[in-house]
Amino acid sequence: MNSLWSLTLATLVKDIRLEWRSKDALNAMLFFSLQVVVIFVFSFDPLAEESRHIVGGLVWVAFLFAAVVALNQTWARELRNQVLDAYRVSPAPANALFLAKALGNFLFVVVLQALMVPLFVVFYNLRALGPGWQLIPVAGLGTWALVVNGTFFAAMSLRTRSREIMLPLLLFPISIPAVIAMVAGTTAILTGENSAHFYIVLLLTYDVVFTTACLALFETILHAE
Amino acid sequence: MKRLFPILSILTVILLAYALYEALVVAPTDALQGDVYRIIYYHVPSAWTAFLLFFINFVASIQYLVRAKRSTELAAKWIVIAIGVVGVIATFIPAVQHSLPTGMRPSAVATTVLLIAIFYFLIGRWFAGDKLDMLAVTSAEVGVVFCTIVLVTGPLWARPVWGIWWAPGDIRLTSTLVLWLIYVSYLVLRRFSNSAQTQMLAAALAVFGALDVPLVYFSIWFFRTQHPQPVIGGGGSMDPRMLHVLLISWLAFLCFAFLVCWSRFRLESLHREVEQAHAMEALVGAGASKTSLPLSRSSQ
Repeated sequence: MNSLWSLTLATLVKDIRLEWRSKDALNAMLFFSLQVVVIFVFSFDPLAEESRHIVGGLVWVAFLFAAVVALNQTWARELRNQVLDAYRVSPAPANALFLAKALGNFLFVVVLQALMVPLFVVFYNLRALGPGWQLIPVAGLGTWALVVNGTFFAAMSLRTRSREIMLPLLLFPISIPAVIAMVAGTTAILTGENSAHFYIVLLLTYDVVFTTACLALFETILHAE
Repeated sequence: MKRLFPILSILTVILLAYALYEALVVAPTDALQGDVYRIIYYHVPSAWTAFLLFFINFVASIQYLVRAKRSTELAAKWIVIAIGVVGVIATFIPAVQHSLPTGMRPSAVATTVLLIAIFYFLIGRWFAGDKLDMLAVTSAEVGVVFCTIVLVTGPLWARPVWGIWWAPGDIRLTSTLVLWLIYVSYLVLRRFSNSAQTQMLAAALAVFGALDVPLVYFSIWFFRTQHPQPVIGGGGSMDPRMLHVLLISWLAFLCFAFLVCWSRFRLESLHREVEQAHAMEALVGAGASKTSLPLSRSSQ
């Protein structure tokens, strides 16, 4: 257990350091989601009241697409110089690698959200009518839901042809319940019409179920030959 | 076996024709919907068949995954036994009985749980190793076809009855659509993956898909539903004559699905044999291949 966490931390720190120096994923995600926001602003020109109802969907669609950009690059780094093969033959637990990658992606997407949310607020004149602090658990749990499955499916699509296309094809159908919960939860909080508790619990269940499944199956996927 | 196939085909054709006759002529006209409702005899049997096939895919995938290691196989075996025992015992506890949806009889739930456990062991007994994967791909493909029928006939029926093609956010419609999407992505993965690792990856994806379906169902729990309650095991009610025709129809569809699965399974196994033979040929070389090729099966 001890080695699992120390290895996770080591890989995570390495990934963050690499990202800090190159800023590849973050820049790509940021610019991509910025463009999505701008396109949405041109496509929909809502009043403040209407925008409360649709912006939950817009925000999460933007983040979903941006996360795919980052997730696609997760494992690409490890393929160069056969780093992934070295991982496979090393006695290090496979789940340490998975957790580090998932946590790293989570961190990148959260940074992205922190930078993008003010933009949405500015463009759509947003003000939450419900309890605004509940947006934090919805965003955190929702991001983890996207990222944990995304990291897993990115590892899965490594073994396929045209892997950049495969990731969204695999990830989106499985993510539908999480996306429904994120969008409906965000809308509930923004409009203040009903409670978001149900959606937070649903996201929590989704996270627990799929984190367990990912951890149980990742070793099989990593070593699948 | 080879003689059985044409006999079964003829029987299926007769059964399908009989079911069509029963559905169009014998079954009484619905009091509210008129003749439009007769599409139910295609819609509902397809749905049941598709769900059954997806369930077979799930069981085969689980078996394929756990067979990789002896310890996980044993663990899975005991988990399934535990689910069977706990599921049957739980339905006799009054508190659990009350929490069941109305119209769902505890004895039916107990039987279903028991059947699921038995089904798991039967599949494990009849199919082994590579055959489990072949069963998984077969059931997924045929299941997607039947699910497509459901998704096409559904809107056709909904338009005259509800006035809309599709009810967005409806619990049954959405979960069926997501199920279809998941299994299409499963087939895409199989198509795009390199041959050696495909089976493991696909089995893992099937497990993820199966975990997803209940969550989809709960995620739209609060949305309004337009779809009627299930005919069997739910709160819906139906004229016994209609139910009779529906069951005949389902039997015909099941036979048809079984036939299609059978030939697809044989096709898949032949396909793999040919692939193996080609690989062998490449390894051994053209000279030695004449004696060792198992391609001469058709002359037996």
